[in-house]
Amino acid sequence: MEASVSFVLNGKPQTVVTDSERSLLEVLREDLHLTGTKYGCGEGQCRACTVLVGGDCVPSCLTSISDVNGMEVLTIEGVAGAARLHPVQEAFVAEGAFQCGYCTVGMIMGLVGVLKKNPGASEADALSELQKHICRCGSYAKYLKAVRQVLNSNEGDA
Amino acid sequence: MNTKPEPSLHPDPLGSHPTRLRPEATARRMGAEREQQVDNGRHSERGCVEDQPQHAVTFKSAAPKAFGGAAAGAPLPQHTAALRADANEFNYEELIERTGYDFGLSRRSFVKVLGAGLLISVSLPALAQESGARGRGDFMGTGAKSLGARIHLGADGSITVLSGKVEAGQGARTELSQAAAEELRVAVGRIQMLLADTAAVPNDGMTAGSRTSPATVPAVRQGAAAARELLITFAIHQWKTSRDNVRIVDGEVTEIAGKRSLTYADLAKSDEAPKLFARAIPSDVELTPAKDWKVLGTPVFRPNARDIVTGVHQYPSDIVRPGMLYGKILRPPAYGATLTAIDLAPAKAMPGVVAVRDDQFVGVAAPNSSAAESALTAIAKTAKWTAAPPQPSSKELFDYLRQNAEEGMDNPYAGEIAVAKALRRTYDVPYIQHAPLEPRAAVAEWNGDELTVWTGSQNPFGSRRELAQAFHISENRVRVVIPDFGAAFGGKHTAECAVEAARLAQGAGKPVSLRWTREEEFTWAYFRPAAVIEAEASLDPRGRIATWHFININSGPNAVETPYAIERNHCRFVRSKPPLRHGSYRALASTANNFAREVFMDELAAVAGSDPLDFRLAHLENARLRAVLVKAADAFLWRKKIKLADASVSFGLACGTEKGSYVAACVEVEIDHSQKTIKVRRVCQAFECGAVLNPENLRFQIQGAILMGIGAALREEVQFADGKILNASFGKYRVPRFDDAPDLDIHLVDRPDLPSAGAGETPIIAIAPAIANAVFRATGQNVRALPIRL
Repeated sequence: MEASVSFVLNGKPQTVVTDSERSLLEVLREDLHLTGTKYGCGEGQCRACTVLVGGDCVPSCLTSISDVNGMEVLTIEGVAGAARLHPVQEAFVAEGAFQCGYCTVGMIMGLVGVLKKNPGASEADALSELQKHICRCGSYAKYLKAVRQVLNSNEGDA
Repeated sequence: MNTKPEPSLHPDPLGSHPTRLRPEATARRMGAEREQQVDNGRHSERGCVEDQPQHAVTFKSAAPKAFGGAAAGAPLPQHTAALRADANEFNYEELIERTGYDFGLSRRSFVKVLGAGLLISVSLPALAQESGARGRGDFMGTGAKSLGARIHLGADGSITVLSGKVEAGQGARTELSQAAAEELRVAVGRIQMLLADTAAVPNDGMTAGSRTSPATVPAVRQGAAAARELLITFAIHQWKTSRDNVRIVDGEVTEIAGKRSLTYADLAKSDEAPKLFARAIPSDVELTPAKDWKVLGTPVFRPNARDIVTGVHQYPSDIVRPGMLYGKILRPPAYGATLTAIDLAPAKAMPGVVAVRDDQFVGVAAPNSSAAESALTAIAKTAKWTAAPPQPSSKELFDYLRQNAEEGMDNPYAGEIAVAKALRRTYDVPYIQHAPLEPRAAVAEWNGDELTVWTGSQNPFGSRRELAQAFHISENRVRVVIPDFGAAFGGKHTAECAVEAARLAQGAGKPVSLRWTREEEFTWAYFRPAAVIEAEASLDPRGRIATWHFININSGPNAVETPYAIERNHCRFVRSKPPLRHGSYRALASTANNFAREVFMDELAAVAGSDPLDFRLAHLENARLRAVLVKAADAFLWRKKIKLADASVSFGLACGTEKGSYVAACVEVEIDHSQKTIKVRRVCQAFECGAVLNPENLRFQIQGAILMGIGAALREEVQFADGKILNASFGKYRVPRFDDAPDLDIHLVDRPDLPSAGAGETPIIAIAPAIANAVFRATGQNVRALPIRL
């Protein structure tokens, strides 16, 4: 069923006309060529495809494009500032916190989402969101260091 | 080869593909062809002093041997075992089972060719040699034939280093950059590392077997050192001075007592450069000793980190080409089911959709994935399949493997076993999946009869050959490009996804991107082989092991031999009939062999009334293995901790060696008897792999291997029945997550006096037995299988 879907994508208005049943993930990747968001399982189990919709972390593989009509969508491509990386990205680079890196954008989006919701989020808050994610390379110890770096610098800011 | 195919039918000058020579493979296109590079089930030297048959230390003849999947019920057809003696130098086996796609000749024309007598005069031994030669090409590679093939110096000062290795998260890009920077005397940031584009790079062999560190790092260093020496010689000639009067710092040769300097850019601009770089890399060039390393041996992060965290890096599944379509493949409802009829019309009626059938191959390509899915669903409804042949399920897997073992397993020490204190155990290790987070993906694009493929594979040149064979074109018409991709763990040695994408692209006349779904990856990729291990040992009156009999059925010879000093031991690998398509995995069979051996050691220690650490040390002469075991035990405070073990908190240890590196792990586990759960709270692991090339990357590989080992120890197991995988999703096949990550205490034992061994695999082999031993201590129940269940 063709539908016109309008939403705000990474701060800019976006309209797509397409089958309303298609997943947000597919439309982002194939129609809008935003391939930073990854497919990992198609069933919301690995969260490599995490994006923020209305500020919530969602698996874009299970989100229909029609579900984002009128919503704000943030993908990894919209996370960094013009001149510098987002602090979460900076922390992941500083810790070298990835191996193959395929899950990394999803992890970053998960943590960005937690912090957007609650800038004073605790480590437990962050981990309860990141628990939904899979890193098959087993980089969790490094990811945890990056998470702590972000949360600590947040404390310093406060 | 003394027979050349008819040129009009066979544009490929090699004309020697086994898929064409074996009608079985052509007829069963969903089947697989296996190249097995080493077959070294054998006795130890000591064991052979006894009255053991000598065949065990010699290699079997290179004649091809059909094995596996030959049972009526087995879904996989013919396999070919090709043997390689040289690979045994590092006691290593790679298992490669290729799918038998063959698109160049239709089945009918194939039969016609055979009937015309063009191919049948090829003798079987010739085939075996052919296949062995290919195996060597895959695994070891040919390396850089000239300095220019390894290093390109730009007149603009750029330095490009070329290698056929791939980056799948294991750190090859970083370590090879360090290797080049070290010898060129430049900062690591100066190096542009071009990996795995078969049109540009030398064939450095598959990225497998932990071979990048011991083989490719030295090869790159050798090339870089040769380039450095050229620059120094260039300067000496220009300035008519002697070597003592110049030095090289930061990529610049300067006069010690003067002001002149020359750089790599100057060398690149010189008239002699083309000739100098066309020469072979000299083998006697001096490499920087480890004690003088400034770049190697230091922690360096991945050069393209920024592209990873911003999502800019294009993985194989992210590649987009102009006019590209998205593909989907029709899969059989079960292994061994054969397509007898299908109507492609419903798909072809859809706008922009291309549908292709080529015997058992059926696929569609469409402007987007949803349209492709709809088209596939429409034609799938019309498909008629033969019933899948009867085949074993995971429930009867281990009995099946044991019953189909190809050789007897009699214990030569049976007489002594009967009168001594002895133990006999059987261990079962299931099929598991690599489950890399990026499933197989490929983009294929034809330009006339030239094919370019972007894909995620550990085997770029092997993929090129597989594509050339499938389409009957010469390898030089195929270019394979491997962007840094989303992990492999030994699971991406084959090119089936690339071949499928290329067949769709051929049918569509447009580039096609094919991304396997997670379910396809769980079902149609290959598995880590399942194993049954039979272990039997006797103790002498002092509680030392007197005889040791240890047999791996089905999964392989890696680390089947005991590293313990046991005079009379007999260890070997026995083939069986694997019901599923299996292949390499992180440390492959040593995961099973070390698990069984180390669990058995704890049981023997219990019988001997000895502490597991003392029992091991009493049998351990290997100084490197002793060193890591002592290191891990001391750091863990083993002797103190072990006294605190009870039914709910317990401790275990294990050690092992494989591929020239050494590992020992101590673990603390928490057992919830009511919930029947095991939680690994802490892992203390010591690891030694010679001179450490990059401590940061090494720690990362160890961490990853520990996590992957925990998954295999506690949960991972492929369940199957009637030719179907029953848990082909992350929902049903749970891999480690954040809450599975234990506290990690990792100790690197650096040995700058020793050559560097690879480190991506061996750190996995001690974790499962250490956990099992902790569970045994807590419960008193022997652990006989993976995953460990209470």
